[in-house]
Amino acid sequence: MNPLSPNGDREAVLGRITEALREEAPRHHETPDKPAPTGLTAPFREWLPPVGKTRKEQIALFAKQSEGLKTEFHECASPEAAAKYIADLAKKGHWKTLALHKGQLTEAIAEYLPETLALLRIDDGYQKEVLETCDAGFTECESLVAQTGSVCITGRSSGGRALSVLPPHHVVVAHKTQVVTDLAAAYESLAEKYRGNYPSFISFITGPSRTGDIERILVLGAHGPKKLTVLLVP
Amino acid sequence: MIHLQEPQEQFQHDADRTTADEPRRAAVRKALGNYQIARGKTENAFASWQHARDAAATIKYEGVNHLDRYLREFEEKFTARGGKVFWASNSAQAREYILNLARERGVKSIVKSKAMTSEEIHLNDALEKDGYHVIESDLGEFIQQLKHEPPYHFVFPCMHLKRDEISALFERELGSAKTDSPEELTMIARRVLRQHYINADMGISGGNFIVAETGMISITENEGNARLTTALPKIHVALIGIEKIVPRLADLSLFLPMLATAGTGQQLTCYNSMYGGPRLAGEIDGPEEFHVVLLDNHRTRLLADAEQRDALHCIRCGACLNVCPIFKNIGGHAYGTTYQGPIGSVITPHYRGLQDWKHLSGASSLCGACTEACPVKIDIHHHLLQNRRNAVAEKKVWWEELIWFGFRHLMKRPWAYKLAVRLAPVGQLFHPFVYGTELDPVQSWTKTRDFPEAAPQSFHDWWRERKGARK
Repeated sequence: MNPLSPNGDREAVLGRITEALREEAPRHHETPDKPAPTGLTAPFREWLPPVGKTRKEQIALFAKQSEGLKTEFHECASPEAAAKYIADLAKKGHWKTLALHKGQLTEAIAEYLPETLALLRIDDGYQKEVLETCDAGFTECESLVAQTGSVCITGRSSGGRALSVLPPHHVVVAHKTQVVTDLAAAYESLAEKYRGNYPSFISFITGPSRTGDIERILVLGAHGPKKLTVLLVP
Repeated sequence: MIHLQEPQEQFQHDADRTTADEPRRAAVRKALGNYQIARGKTENAFASWQHARDAAATIKYEGVNHLDRYLREFEEKFTARGGKVFWASNSAQAREYILNLARERGVKSIVKSKAMTSEEIHLNDALEKDGYHVIESDLGEFIQQLKHEPPYHFVFPCMHLKRDEISALFERELGSAKTDSPEELTMIARRVLRQHYINADMGISGGNFIVAETGMISITENEGNARLTTALPKIHVALIGIEKIVPRLADLSLFLPMLATAGTGQQLTCYNSMYGGPRLAGEIDGPEEFHVVLLDNHRTRLLADAEQRDALHCIRCGACLNVCPIFKNIGGHAYGTTYQGPIGSVITPHYRGLQDWKHLSGASSLCGACTEACPVKIDIHHHLLQNRRNAVAEKKVWWEELIWFGFRHLMKRPWAYKLAVRLAPVGQLFHPFVYGTELDPVQSWTKTRDFPEAAPQSFHDWWRERKGARK
């Protein structure tokens, strides 16, 4: 016997909240003289770390942040050059299988990959055990955030949830035009693209997986990828 | 470990023991020193950290003070996207819901990412009692689970352990080889946990933010364990306190960097993920079901205290612990609470009873470092004072009353005061006979400190003499 309705003690919780809020709470902070943010504009942007105005400056900042985060960042002249770069990674890392999803960019690059590297396309589903044994996951992204050196991915644009976290090396490819200033700009472009119909999963990836849980000493590759490579194509 | 009846006695006993452990205190101090340096650097990169704090506090104030409206909005949006919301008044309801779900779906193995709410409601015990295999996937939590010990710090669960202790633990529990490399230790845990992500049919997570506007929850982490927990199992359950609300998705562009800065000194933690529903049409993977359990568990009691309502703005960054002189000396376990440190001392009396937990508000030097460090400007040290005031107003302590009664009468009568001043040095002549023993009326002082001697001349006498000399 379950005395609760399927959504639980909803009315009781909401009732207690409404009752509790009858008395107004004091403020311990200065309220900004600007109006509260509406929609997408983020008035607090100006308090965050500054970012350059031009795309060139933004790419330079992304490169600098990547260095600090131990992300491998590389600008490629063409999809062919990007494929060459990945082939070199594969050779150095003795990769056997590269998992990827069917995107415009990923496919344009996959065309030039050597035949010795097996490709696993996961768009029609995959076995978790198999994906786990792949040497790298190759994905597209939504945007690259200059301010923080982050890669914004979603379940729809980047091959789902697991491709970018299960294999030990994550390779991301992006167009130069996908570089944005800050997180707020990344959210803006998502809102514009999806018009409220967001994918079920959005993530900002900032460097390879890490932990400092043991004596606060940095170790890369805690549970997610040990390496993150970001390739920028024109 | 001795288990005492009263939380206060337990606290005093444990604090005595942990303060005596000088090497461990030194290690914790060193780790927190490194945090301070990293945080300082990241904070300075902000165009204005102080303005950012005000902006963050403004948003949280808006969210918490319209909590009913925003939670309804979240529920509506989240449900429309195929998620399921369950409202739990208390821990029993939350546990029961998750247990029932596991039973109905025939779940066998459960993988968990870090969730302090699950520590709060003792979820693991309940699940294990029912025969489920539950494994913590955050490295620190994994270590604490193997050690059968609660987290030491709600952001850095095993910061008190040294690598040789962890190596010995892994040797004993996992049969791994001895090592003194943090990297090797991390890889051992990685290998063990990988199989669990793949086999688990239920993933349980916490949540750092509830986004009303878009019906999403946001999870902040570094290791990738929460991502795996929420990507591979067919059911995802997120257990979140109702106060984690933010009104708009774009608000996260302020909160994510601030949480990282205050929490670990990073500009942004490695993975900040927003989950808005189970796997949707056209998506490759993700869970079939996504349940969010909204936990009250006495948060509405704190909400009803308008004076301290801002304590619900807390984003659990742990900054107030990291700068607290008390935490640095007594450590996390002595508190005996789910949420340690200054913020824990403020909220625990509301969640678990003022009379039982008021002593934590006394264990503070009121230096205000916590309030300064708080990214959302919670007035922490004043709330500690308010808890002290409220505890006395609610239940008077007879011997304290007696002391104040005596003091009041003494101070009102100059002749009595003067007499007492004259008698003090005489009385002190007898002090050495009982000094530091059970019979000593000021034993709690003399146990560890010297008792000052009464001055040979009173201030009154000195003043009179000085006036006389002038004439």
